Amino acid sequence: MAVLQSKQDALQARLSGLQFAPGGWLGAARSEALRRVTAMGLPGKRDEYWRYSDPTGLNATDATPVDLFDPLDEPAPFSGVDRLKIVFVDGVFDASQSDALALEGVQIEHLAEAGRADIHWASALYGVLETRGQSPVQRPLAALNSAFAAQGVLIRVTATPSKPISLIYQHKTATSDAMLHHCVKVESGAEVTILENGAAAARLSHVMEVDVADGARFHHIRAQGRAHLRQAITHLFARIGRNAAFKSFTLTANGHLTRNEAVLELLGADSVAHVAGAALGDGDFHHDDTVFITHAAERCESRQVFKKVLKNGAVGVFQGKILVKQGAQKTDGYQISQALMLDDDSQFLAKPELEIYADDVKCSHGSTSGAIDETALFYLRSRGVPLRAAQSLLVLAFLAEAIAEIEDEEISDDIRQRLQSWLARHEH
Amino acid sequence: MLEINNLHVKLEEEDKVILRGVNLSIGAGEVHAIMGPNGSGKSTLSYVLSGRDGYEVTEGSATLDGEELLEMEPEARAAAGLFLAFQYPVEIPGVGNMTFLRTAVNAQRKTRGEPEISAGDFLKLVREKAKTLKIDADMLKRPVNVGFSGGEKKRNEILQMAMLEPKMCILDETDSGLDVDAMKLVSEGVNALRGAGRSFLVITHYQRLLDHIKPDFVHIMAAGRIIKTGGPELALEVENNGYADLLAEGV
Repeated sequence: MAVLQSKQDALQARLSGLQFAPGGWLGAARSEALRRVTAMGLPGKRDEYWRYSDPTGLNATDATPVDLFDPLDEPAPFSGVDRLKIVFVDGVFDASQSDALALEGVQIEHLAEAGRADIHWASALYGVLETRGQSPVQRPLAALNSAFAAQGVLIRVTATPSKPISLIYQHKTATSDAMLHHCVKVESGAEVTILENGAAAARLSHVMEVDVADGARFHHIRAQGRAHLRQAITHLFARIGRNAAFKSFTLTANGHLTRNEAVLELLGADSVAHVAGAALGDGDFHHDDTVFITHAAERCESRQVFKKVLKNGAVGVFQGKILVKQGAQKTDGYQISQALMLDDDSQFLAKPELEIYADDVKCSHGSTSGAIDETALFYLRSRGVPLRAAQSLLVLAFLAEAIAEIEDEEISDDIRQRLQSWLARHEH
Repeated sequence: MLEINNLHVKLEEEDKVILRGVNLSIGAGEVHAIMGPNGSGKSTLSYVLSGRDGYEVTEGSATLDGEELLEMEPEARAAAGLFLAFQYPVEIPGVGNMTFLRTAVNAQRKTRGEPEISAGDFLKLVREKAKTLKIDADMLKRPVNVGFSGGEKKRNEILQMAMLEPKMCILDETDSGLDVDAMKLVSEGVNALRGAGRSFLVITHYQRLLDHIKPDFVHIMAAGRIIKTGGPELALEVENNGYADLLAEGV
């Protein structure tokens, strides 16, 4: 089928602003990716998977400039956590603010330097999971990222490091347009926590490919900046082996447009894949969680838990799919997406999907949107809790199921504290 | 303690008058019971006093120790010492019972300008009070009233009352949905809180509860008014003869 001319035109315009870096194994992978995106064209409003979010700003040749925002009133996320810091400013690695890339049980390489070396494990991962994720749903912006991203890290985890690896994204130029591509390989029996935080740039394209080997565990917690009108498209691709775990949680507070895609494949038996998110939107906010989880092995468990708090015209989108392949018996799939509307002006659009080809599985999905429970509010007030505090307590209660997906208590406390501060700043 | 004068209330949404001139005076340390047929306005009276939305006071007043209650927000009424034990305690998923109790206790202390209770002192206090109400550690950890049986919910109301130490307690059909043993437990909880300074208004359909919580005064409410007031013997009269005679008298 010929690609729509409008999608091709959009791609040509976008390509005109990008610089291709050839050479080495990485150059070859980039060429392949360029071929993929050329065959697809850029996304359009008429694509099934872009019906609820407008890709125009992500397709545009240049990023729309965004005012810088410095949240001086609270420490940056994860500040209190002992971690290995890797800092990117407007999408470019900043050695002066970063820690030495040395941590026992981990090898870390810069993508910018990786093309020259022969990094066998990375060449088997870079663009590979992204390619797997292109079917049955096309994700051209991920292929575009694979073709042009010049910055990122390649992380190989061979044991269980003593602290999390923290990727910090600072936005310091109003017009910055960042493309980051990370690969993480968690070897058999190893366990790692990756933290990400910050707005990154006026526009961010982000891909993380994660290979979780048999018996390995991967934890991912990110906070995508606050009170900031940046645009972001992120993709998490994961391949999960036998008896392994993948757990990801994202906090999003504001942002003109955020689309977080997660494409997870459970390929070995007895594994778990959890992906969760808490989104807080006030006003000019469009937040889209698009998730695709494939069960290709027996006795795996997947959970999708997404909660959105919306006010003043904010829009929340959830597109979540569970695909259970033939033979993936005893699958346990759970999916919940809920929006709490703090006024009548906001919007929540949800498209839950189940596609099941095995006969002995347990899959459930639920989606709701509603206002604060007035009866519960009165109950709290009748016990002396002031209106604002009672509202905050109920909003936090609404978000609790998503936050409960974070295993580390110190980190979940940090996230909860941020939610509380946001609520305090955005009272009616 | 609580003075209600000529209170008239209608539903905000519809033009339906519920209370038509309620007069009631409750002194410090007294226990008053209100009985009356369904739809007579008993629960409305408890909601209006505690500040629930949806009602419009068209005439009259209600004061707690001289302070006008009806103009205060619900949380201010609570801090002033008013407590309503709900007929249907509300379930709040996601909020732990313990968090709820501590938030409420500290919010009231803050409003009154008192220091917050320390985590250790709070824990000690709540464990002690929970024990006498046979509320186990698991119930304290679970979300507020979620998955509680009818009896557990009512005991949880009394626990809140014990922790908040209000001076004016309204019990709205606290006996509904309780078996004999649970009623005894709840009544013991209430009786333990009876004392010189603390007053109670007990709303009930059945005389049974008043065997356990002995009232000083019994009022009969009908069609939005208190039509008769007497001692505990008035409750027995209702139990034996129903409301028909009293209603005929009251017209």
